[in-house]
Amino acid sequence: MKRYLPLIILAILAVLPVIGLSTYMMHILILVIMWSVIGMSWNLLGGYCGQVSFGHAAYFGVGAYTAGVLYSKFDLSPWWGLPLCVVVVALFSLVLGFIVLRLRGPFFALATLASGEVMRITAENWVDFTGGTMGILIQRRTWVEKTWYFYIILIIAALTFFMIKKLVESKLGYYFVAIREDQDAAESLGINTTLYKTIALCISGVITGIAGAFYTNYMGYIDPHVVFALHDISIITIMIVMVGGVATFWGPYVGALIMVLLAEYIRSIPGLGAAHQTFFGILLIVIIIFLPNGIVGDFQKLKRLVGLRRASG
Amino acid sequence: MTSVQIEVFLQTLIAGLLLGGLYALIGLGMTLIMGVMKIINLAHGELMMVAMYIAYWMFVLFHIDPYLSIFIATPILFLIGIALQKFLINPVLKVESILPENQVILTVGIGMVLANLATLFFKSDYRSTPVDYATNAFYLSDFWKTSPIELSLSVPWTVSFVFAVIITISLWFFLAKTDTGKSIRATAQDTDAALLMGVNVKLMRVVTFGIGAGLVGAAGCLFLPIYYLFPSLGGQFTLIAFVITILGGLGSTIGAIIGGLILGVFESMTATYVGMGWAPVGRFVIFVVCLIFLPGGVASILKRKRLGK
Repeated sequence: MKRYLPLIILAILAVLPVIGLSTYMMHILILVIMWSVIGMSWNLLGGYCGQVSFGHAAYFGVGAYTAGVLYSKFDLSPWWGLPLCVVVVALFSLVLGFIVLRLRGPFFALATLASGEVMRITAENWVDFTGGTMGILIQRRTWVEKTWYFYIILIIAALTFFMIKKLVESKLGYYFVAIREDQDAAESLGINTTLYKTIALCISGVITGIAGAFYTNYMGYIDPHVVFALHDISIITIMIVMVGGVATFWGPYVGALIMVLLAEYIRSIPGLGAAHQTFFGILLIVIIIFLPNGIVGDFQKLKRLVGLRRASG
Repeated sequence: MTSVQIEVFLQTLIAGLLLGGLYALIGLGMTLIMGVMKIINLAHGELMMVAMYIAYWMFVLFHIDPYLSIFIATPILFLIGIALQKFLINPVLKVESILPENQVILTVGIGMVLANLATLFFKSDYRSTPVDYATNAFYLSDFWKTSPIELSLSVPWTVSFVFAVIITISLWFFLAKTDTGKSIRATAQDTDAALLMGVNVKLMRVVTFGIGAGLVGAAGCLFLPIYYLFPSLGGQFTLIAFVITILGGLGSTIGAIIGGLILGVFESMTATYVGMGWAPVGRFVIFVVCLIFLPGGVASILKRKRLGK
């Protein structure tokens, strides 16, 4: 049963548009799936390989701008951005990895954070190429309905899920975990840590980039403040994985579901909408102190906590 | 070079040095926390923002000059720092988890809450400095009538710089001469050895976080007369502090001062010769160059010199 669970969930999701959900519901679903793709990619690098990145907005934005620039400068369909950004983001990750992978732990985290900011400032100032703060507007979106967008992101998510599952269960995945647990020990056992960290960074970056290219197609408008946002992209990515569960298969999905619904819910409360980052911040602090491995990772602990409350109440 | 070019160059250099002195103060707080606790405080800039709002409201409500607010904001920030360390960061140090970076992510959460609360309470308006001497300046021609070139020195920048130097020197005395200061340095060098020598490591951690927060609080008061004030200004100063920490060498106090000056000069040079908007990119260029060619920072050069003697 457990083996077929991903397939069952995939099948259920695939028939959802047929039963006729409202456009708003479809929008939420698409966002949840898109964020879980980004969460999965972060989880590969951060959760399994132990390299906590604060700059996934850099890859997301580069992917988004690959699609956007193809449209605005070369007059091609922005859908070409999806295959092309694999190459662009892989090259970008290689260059970035050369610099940031020299660092460890918190320093790596901060260097990636800086890389995201550099990309934002570059996109803002390089007006000839990116359109600066004006952003890029896709004049005609491919479809008005959301059904096809939903299926495309669902296929991307399914492929990502199976690829990461295969990867983590392969020899490569064990190398990643070894690097996370003790980089020096891994090195002394003959694992080329630099190589494998670069591989993890490239795969993670490319998947995030594809999600970014999809975002351009789906939203039809990008600007540097949206796609290279520190809090709204990089930190939310981390929160999704932290809330859901670090180094678990299902964590990013649970996290994305909770975060997207929570964000929508808080925004809908009048007077509190502007405070959503306060709630996110408090949620992050609470999760780190009480459930450091996330909801999926600390599920037993969570069950015990809830059980205790029930017993005492 | 014509005299105009020399003028522009010297003016840029002076602006850079003044800015660098203030940057050094921000970087010092982060370096101290980094050295003793081995974590990066990503809420550093947000703490500075809190101090700036304290100084701002002190001026608006009670007409206390921002430079006097140092004596109000620094103790408040010291207490906030101690509270954060005691009630939020310390519990996490004990928790078992897969990722060791939990404390860093925790400080991100703290920063988010602070920045967002400031937006809620004070609106996201840009507030310009409230003091009336903000645009005053000294001119070289006032002192030297026949000078071939004309240079100006903004009054608030100069005063802030002098204050920053005074605070830095007193910090150095505190670290080098007092018992508490020596204990802090011992904890930074080797926690276990310090523990064996009878240093109260736990207390030192709390005190250090307080001092780091207090330092950045003082820096906030010094920045108020010369900078805009808005709730999300914290992020960029956290990054600046981090770049200085890397540039200076991790946990090195003298390195942080030199790193701050280098960064200030480099940034104002990029602003003058490349373009205003690119100044933050210049910051990261120097950061990347430092990582590739000088991973140990300025401190490694200093160390090499000392060993060579």
